[in-house]
Amino acid sequence: MTLTPARKMPLSFTLPVVGASGGFFGLFVGTANGSGLMGVVIGFLMLAAIAYVVVNVAGKTKEKPARWALVALFIGLGVLLGGAPGVVMGLLFGWFAGWFAYFIGFGRYRQDLAPYLTSGQVLWEYAFRILCGAIFVFLITPIIVVMPLSFNAQDFFTFTPEMLRFDPEGYSLKHYRDFLTSSEWQGALRNSLMIAPAATILSVGFGTLAAIGLSQPHVPFRRAIMAILISPMIVPLIISAAGMYFFYSRIGLQGTYFGVVLAHAALGIPFVIITVTATLVGFDRSLVRAAANMGADPVTTFFRVQMPLILPGVISGALFAFITSFDEVVVVLFVGSAKQQTLPWQMFTGLREQISPTILAVATILVAVSIALLATVEMLRRRSERLRGMSPG
Amino acid sequence: MSEATGPVLAADGTPLKRSLSRALRMQKLRALALVAPLLLFVLVTFIAPIADMLFRSVENEIVENTLPRTAAVLADWDADHTDLPGDDAFEAAYYDVFIAAERKLHTRLGTRLNYELTGVSSLFRKTGRALDDIGEVYQDQFKALDKDWDKGTPWAELMGTQAWIDGAQGWKKADGPLDRLVVRDDIAALLPATAAAYQEFADFSILEDDKSPLKEEPWTLVHSALYTDLAALDVSGYGGPRAEMLKAADALVATPEFETINTREALIDIEDGWADHEVWQTIKTYSPKYTSGYFLNAVDMQKSPEGPIMRDEDERIYGLLFKRTIFMSLAITISCVLLAYPVAWILANLPMRKANLLMILVLLPFWTSLLVRTSAWKVMLQQQGVINDVLVWLGLVSDTERLVMINNQFGTIVAMTHILLPFMILPMYSVMQTIPPTYLRAAKSLGANNWTAFWRVYFPQSVPGIGAGSILVFILAIGYYITPEIVGGTTGTFISNRIAYHISSSLNWGLAAALGTLLLAVVLILYWAYDKIVGIDNVKLG
Repeated sequence: MTLTPARKMPLSFTLPVVGASGGFFGLFVGTANGSGLMGVVIGFLMLAAIAYVVVNVAGKTKEKPARWALVALFIGLGVLLGGAPGVVMGLLFGWFAGWFAYFIGFGRYRQDLAPYLTSGQVLWEYAFRILCGAIFVFLITPIIVVMPLSFNAQDFFTFTPEMLRFDPEGYSLKHYRDFLTSSEWQGALRNSLMIAPAATILSVGFGTLAAIGLSQPHVPFRRAIMAILISPMIVPLIISAAGMYFFYSRIGLQGTYFGVVLAHAALGIPFVIITVTATLVGFDRSLVRAAANMGADPVTTFFRVQMPLILPGVISGALFAFITSFDEVVVVLFVGSAKQQTLPWQMFTGLREQISPTILAVATILVAVSIALLATVEMLRRRSERLRGMSPG
Repeated sequence: MSEATGPVLAADGTPLKRSLSRALRMQKLRALALVAPLLLFVLVTFIAPIADMLFRSVENEIVENTLPRTAAVLADWDADHTDLPGDDAFEAAYYDVFIAAERKLHTRLGTRLNYELTGVSSLFRKTGRALDDIGEVYQDQFKALDKDWDKGTPWAELMGTQAWIDGAQGWKKADGPLDRLVVRDDIAALLPATAAAYQEFADFSILEDDKSPLKEEPWTLVHSALYTDLAALDVSGYGGPRAEMLKAADALVATPEFETINTREALIDIEDGWADHEVWQTIKTYSPKYTSGYFLNAVDMQKSPEGPIMRDEDERIYGLLFKRTIFMSLAITISCVLLAYPVAWILANLPMRKANLLMILVLLPFWTSLLVRTSAWKVMLQQQGVINDVLVWLGLVSDTERLVMINNQFGTIVAMTHILLPFMILPMYSVMQTIPPTYLRAAKSLGANNWTAFWRVYFPQSVPGIGAGSILVFILAIGYYITPEIVGGTTGTFISNRIAYHISSSLNWGLAAALGTLLLAVVLILYWAYDKIVGIDNVKLG
């Protein structure tokens, strides 16, 4: 949907704007190659020329070939300046130059903005979008950067020159092999996989029952009970860890598998309570009465009517509880002993002593796991909302 | 119709009011029965540990348990006076430290008191090693008189009841623990100090050493006690087992050649700390079962005869640490607000489909393991890390002057802002979603410019989101441990790192508990505020 019809902009506007973007990137390329000023000037002139060609010579009719030609041109330049990594940079630059020249030159930038905005407001709007984009980049970059680094052939935590040249020699799966063969990491993985499901079952079992109890219409001391049940999420982990360490060593649970499971179950409970209560808010209680009316006993009603409807909430609560336990390191550091060393614990000691980039391989695997979990939770949330008719999609 | 005037009745004939209240009560009970298992579970696995920590922050039984006699004697001593306590206090300290040293508890006590006064640890350690010298003076003389004074069985016969000795005869380790030795009443009345010391010895060898007192030569402490008793009391009327041996010893003690030793001088001789008024003062100050000492320590104060005083300037670390924790948490919260506001705005104002797509960029870090994100920041911020490499490649920074961005406050703030940002975006987003975009348009059509419309119309409505997010982020930030530990170095650490240090390295659990309690108090106040402002039921996830 276009709010404002796109129109061709005058050259006196297009050339300086597109040229300025060229100057901006030229500055970086220039400083990297010796002279910043030269870079700015060359970049400016180049993009201004491109803008002129695109708007006045190629025009809208030959948009596709013009843009492909630009990509090719920049890839050629990239190879000339920087070899293999230059290809990628050239590709990106070429795509950007073509897109930006058309975007500005033919006034497409105003298309989805209200027609009455002044140029200052348009500028502000785009500045704001760029700012937001930068914040999104800040959010996601650290997670993205870890992935290629985990294929590093060297034991470095940074990109090696071989990696930047896209030399296959620079990449290897050796850190993954490390992870899969080292008994320490495998032991840690096993521990994590033993502790997290047990803790999840405990917190989901208790938590779902309690959430159902809490969502009944007349619950005495509801606020106080809620405050107590949510507190494991609020109390700083180090304090929980300290308290559990003191108390569990008094009663002989410190350093045992069971102790760690109990501690993690306690930490996961608030998440189950919150997600399940949220699902129950939309639960129509007359369904229970209807079931009872047709002769179902409470247990049947629970499993055949209530449970299927609140299941998405229960599952996403379980996922939260699982990830809480699976990611948790502070409490297990104190409550556990070397026998309960989990994956995050192993990563933590690895990071402190800076042993090997195997950590990055593990991190990449964990990111993949969290993407899977995120997708599941999102799907469940939508399904639950659709089931309850709260939103169309 | 006469029934019409009476109370309304339910179908089964009971008044409707009563039947209703019963139904309500049933409902309440059912709800509570559903909640009860979890409540119990959380109380045991979570609330009890927290309560235990609170208790540990004031608990101080170690002094009273390890030095019971000394504590009792010192209770009457006027610590403000510059005089040392009397001989009885030295005598009591000799007994207590001797027993503690046998049970290997004296070093723990020394460590505990060393938190309050440096040097006490070594005082106890040295004293524990050398205390046998005092008793040996007596032991050697008694032994020279009669070899039996250095053997287990004669002593047991002298002190214990016949019934116990019969029972202990032929005992082997495999039989399980021996019965507790019972001292005869007549000997306990005749030689009170000896009986008490021997009882301690017998209890120790039975319970902790798993050996029979019949086979073990008694501690030198028992010989000292015997001398004390013999010197002060008359044993001529005694006629029980081993009377000869005892009377001979009594006669020996009465002779002028018998070598004696002054406990006070002997102790001071071992370690001149015992002549230090401050040592005694410290023992007295920390002998009550409960102490505010840990809390005073946690706020850089210490106990003194004139009441709590500030520590020396160069020993004040916790005030600084608390200030730094709060300052950095504030900095993180503010940078989160600044970064989250535009993002939440754009998410709330974009069409659904685009917003959902961008939301993934917010949720992915939220779901990614904390360790992964922390390691990512370590990779990014290192001197040989990605950011520095890029800056060097761009020529903005020369290779020799790479920026120091890790192991300082900057690193901690950047990494934690990234980690906590989703916690700020999500509540802000959910508040901004409810603000109708028509309000802004209405304001503009009434003549407000962009800024006025935003500042006077939109911003005030988004404040609840800022408040909720800020409190959440601040609460989370103030207790963070992992990230500051890894990227904080020495200047970027939080109070929680200090707590962890005291638990696992310095083993000063009391101080860790006191620091934890203070931190908990701050968090609970904020939690309470959060509950008031946002309501704990309204917490949303994802």
